[in-house]
Amino acid sequence: MPEAVRSALAIAGKDLRLEFRTRTGLLSAFVFAVLTLLVFNFSRDQSLISTTDLAPSALWITVAFGAVVAMNRAFIIEKEQGAIDALLLAPVPRGAIYWGKFLANLAFVGLVEALTLPLFVLFFNVPLGPALPGVVLTLVLATIGFVAVGTILSAMVVRTRFAELMLPVLILPFMVPPLIGAVQVTARLLGGRPLTEVLGWLRLLGTYDVVFVTLCTLAFSAVVDE
Amino acid sequence: MPPEAPLLEARGITRAFGAQRALRGVDLRLGPGEAVAVAGPNGAGKTTLLRILAGLMRPTTGEVRLADGRTPRDPAARRRVGLLSHQSFLYDDLTARENLHFTGRLYGLGDLAARASRALEEAGLAARADDPVRQLSRGMLQRVAIARALLHEPDILLLDEPFTGLDVPSAARLRGFLAAQRAAGRGLVIVTHHLAEAWGFATHVGVLARGQWAQLGPRPASLEEFLAGYQELVDA
Repeated sequence: MPEAVRSALAIAGKDLRLEFRTRTGLLSAFVFAVLTLLVFNFSRDQSLISTTDLAPSALWITVAFGAVVAMNRAFIIEKEQGAIDALLLAPVPRGAIYWGKFLANLAFVGLVEALTLPLFVLFFNVPLGPALPGVVLTLVLATIGFVAVGTILSAMVVRTRFAELMLPVLILPFMVPPLIGAVQVTARLLGGRPLTEVLGWLRLLGTYDVVFVTLCTLAFSAVVDE
Repeated sequence: MPPEAPLLEARGITRAFGAQRALRGVDLRLGPGEAVAVAGPNGAGKTTLLRILAGLMRPTTGEVRLADGRTPRDPAARRRVGLLSHQSFLYDDLTARENLHFTGRLYGLGDLAARASRALEEAGLAARADDPVRQLSRGMLQRVAIARALLHEPDILLLDEPFTGLDVPSAARLRGFLAAQRAAGRGLVIVTHHLAEAWGFATHVGVLARGQWAQLGPRPASLEEFLAGYQELVDA
């Protein structure tokens, strides 16, 4: 296994171990997601807004904000005791550090989504069955995109005084394109439309992923080096 | 006979933070088996110098080269440098052993379990190896931090206040260890406010004041005489 891949997996493994030991980020993100779904569920007037109209937006707003909460911790754990410097001192390419954090964030956000999706079905009573593979594919594609950007932004803001406030402010503009695509795809799939009808949106999400994962990998060194 | 090639050579290092100049043209040559003890008042630029020597920070001007001509920012060259900072570089919720294993994986070290156990034993922490480091005392934490910095057996050891928090036996053990490292041909730069701690094994002493060397040279014979003239050096 190439050294860079081994290093990235070691960093991701360390982050997962830390998270499962403390459960701080996961628990906060999951509770936040549940509360958001509850607010959406109980604040709508069912006689005015149909479930199928509201459900896609509710799902993606929940996922987006849950993800921001989960990603906020990515570099804060490196800032405590200066561990980020130990990562930068190690004979590891900067890109491998980025990928380690990116993979760990993907796992966190993926887990939050996996826990949120059944609650979404429960609260909104949407017929997810036939649409499930398409919705899962959309979740994967959209999540890769905004986690790629969120990972580099969390590295960027960690040296600022208000890191936890800065990340949501900075990441939301970058989340707009994948969120628009994801909401469009989800709405059509939940409305019983075939997957072929949303291929254009899925391609857009895939392109966003390739562009931003590549850009963020290349730019990471400039973000973390002094 | 030409002088032995240095392990590390810094030339004309300056570093500015906005209008503030932390370092102003600092040179340093560290040969094998040399230990430079660096003292100086707060804000003199000692930590900035160590970070630049370690490759964590770019100098504004000047350059640092290792024996093979690489800069310490080169990923392959980083293997040769070990840095102990005033922060521990440890993860509070991992155990001491897990912290060392993680470091070992990043450095691609073999026989990691045995190496980590040996390092913890040498640090006198075998009994606390599986406790999260947040449960360790300040001195124990410092010993784990030292074990972490030296786990990959670097040629060049850069140590920022290594004796902080250590009890008397641990400090004595560390002095012995660092003397042995120097005798084995490694190069050491030790930043300290307590020169007496490093005096026994230092080959050179430097005093950094306002971002430049007020003095840098072979260690004088008497610590007392050196300390008597220290304030004058700093104020000059």
